[in-house]
Amino acid sequence: MGDAVTHLKTDVLVIGAGGAGMYAAIAAAQHGKQVLLLDKSLIGRGGATIMAQMTVAVAMGEQAPDHWTRHHADTLTAGRGLCDEELAALLCREGPDRIREMDEWGVGWTREDGHLKQVMAPGHDGPRCVFVDFLNTGPAVAKTLRAKIAKTDGIRRVSNLSVTSLVTRDGGVAGAVALDLNFGKPVTIAAGAVVLAAGGLTRLYRRNSASVNMGGESYALALDAGASLIDMEFVQFFPIGHLAPRLVGMDPIMWDPFRYKLGGRLLNGNMEEFIHNYGATDSGTYTAPRDVTAYAIVKEAEAGCGSPNGGAWLSFEHIGEATLRDAFGPVIDRLARNGIDLTTHPVEVAPIAHYHMGGIRVNEQMETEIAGLYAAGEAVGGANGANRLSGNAITEALVFGEVAGRNAAQNPNTPGWQAEWAQNAIGDIARLSNSGDNRSGLEFGALYGELQSLMWEKVGLMRNAPGLAEALSRIREMQTIDLPALHPRDTGAFALGVQEWFDLRAALATAEAITVSALNRTESRGAHQREDMTDTDADQAYNQRIKRNGAHIALDTLPVRRADIEIITSGAAE
Amino acid sequence: MTSVAITVQRGLAGETPRDETFTVPYSEGMSLLDGLIWIRAHADATLAFRYSCINANSCKECVVSIAGKTEYACTARLTSSAVTVRPLGNKNLIRDLVTDTVPPKEKLGAVTG
Repeated sequence: MGDAVTHLKTDVLVIGAGGAGMYAAIAAAQHGKQVLLLDKSLIGRGGATIMAQMTVAVAMGEQAPDHWTRHHADTLTAGRGLCDEELAALLCREGPDRIREMDEWGVGWTREDGHLKQVMAPGHDGPRCVFVDFLNTGPAVAKTLRAKIAKTDGIRRVSNLSVTSLVTRDGGVAGAVALDLNFGKPVTIAAGAVVLAAGGLTRLYRRNSASVNMGGESYALALDAGASLIDMEFVQFFPIGHLAPRLVGMDPIMWDPFRYKLGGRLLNGNMEEFIHNYGATDSGTYTAPRDVTAYAIVKEAEAGCGSPNGGAWLSFEHIGEATLRDAFGPVIDRLARNGIDLTTHPVEVAPIAHYHMGGIRVNEQMETEIAGLYAAGEAVGGANGANRLSGNAITEALVFGEVAGRNAAQNPNTPGWQAEWAQNAIGDIARLSNSGDNRSGLEFGALYGELQSLMWEKVGLMRNAPGLAEALSRIREMQTIDLPALHPRDTGAFALGVQEWFDLRAALATAEAITVSALNRTESRGAHQREDMTDTDADQAYNQRIKRNGAHIALDTLPVRRADIEIITSGAAE
Repeated sequence: MTSVAITVQRGLAGETPRDETFTVPYSEGMSLLDGLIWIRAHADATLAFRYSCINANSCKECVVSIAGKTEYACTARLTSSAVTVRPLGNKNLIRDLVTDTVPPKEKLGAVTG
């Protein structure tokens, strides 16, 4: 070929530089390996971690006596019988170590009376959640990890490098091919082990709290490499995402801790409380599970009892101004810049796609069925079952990141590479980059927008068999007809159109996995709600697994992995 | 429906920059980033700009120059008045509104060199 393709070589390649990826990089480097950490965005700025404004669930036992087995029990209850109990145990058991390590690295967990302040959150049996005031948990975690990475020997990091394909050989991973966005060129990377840490897929939904690079890439890369996905039908819809008036400069899921702390009232269009009509207790306690609250808001709006924009009202009007100021701190001023005065007006909230419970199937070392291929963070499926307990996402990022990095460092594979292994993937990039013509007239914006609407309407919070089948048929048509005909209009430096083509390919593969799984689960459970099958079926207490089989995907079921863990109710965390 | 005119500086490094004006549907409270995303999706699929977190002001990637002032596109509110957006003047231009804001140690050249 004309231009020589840039080639990099590393012991451990980490794809995605959010909380999980950064932690994995640090852990692998601390175990003596050379690490290459990539992000399609800027290192430590894209992904989900930096957007987390809220709480981190971990049994520190600082606020009140606690034990990780109690956290584990709450995680399993929230997961509606489908949690991989060993992965959940790993998350809960190792969480305290990661939180203390982050504390030593200067994250600045909020303290009170000389101990870490821990607060209640829905679904927990006691005050368990640490945080950084005010709404600063994610930015503080990301900043601390960025600083730690800069100080750790052995980590090379590259921004704006987007992995388009993994390279496998003889049942194991050999490296990856990436698009260098700044120059629009392919880059090849030989690696002894690879950690997929670019999880999250909520960008697939029209209404989402995602960053732009949470479009399912890790799931699509894993599937393509021959690894399995599990629980793909379980997309968490956060019940009270901000709806109106227009709010910028803040994550739309910001209301939960304030609602919980202050007792924000959730009201329908008639200004009446309504969650109790849907089988949960909420008034005065605010502990209704996320899946029930989301369902209730949608059903109330469908019945014509929603707020003007089709959600519910969230009111803090009964709380005094001084109390609001005390709880919200500077956030009150950010709200004021959005024209929101909580003392005089309620805001409108509605469900929003927020988190993905499903993901890449791994063992307790975070390794997939493909030797040397690991996953970390939201990319991992199983720990959270059918519904994630609030506060578990950052814990999962840190714990699974550390485990994945440590085990990837101990992987015995040595990087080997032959240029021909990457030829197809390089060819894809070259083909898309070489011509700016677009004879088909298809545009990424329209196609991606159509997919987001399709997923929101037919594979979203309320599902039924005809809608799911219709969605699946259109997704497959987009894969076979539209995607091959889509041609970027821009080429060269920062040609987003080339990136977008790969974004659409990953989104469609991930959407297909979600839809097939949702169609096949003929019951309602946790975040998967079927209008045509509203009961939970005890016989479907299994995980669904998706694998690639030639041009198609295949689904089978697996028994849920159970762990015999006794709940220890007294004494401090140990 | 009301609309707003957004003028954007276009061009690659080394080219003579040119201004292009787009008419974007306006709704109250929308950000400049909303407007840029609309342009790329509906009017010109070659417009380049940086963003990641979509209006949450977490990633800080969307910094541009608006009417001569350095601001985040995600928190800069549009009004019904016309607005002009340019890339940051103190950074090397890559394309359109994208400048080289990648820290030196996070560049591909730094790890291959």
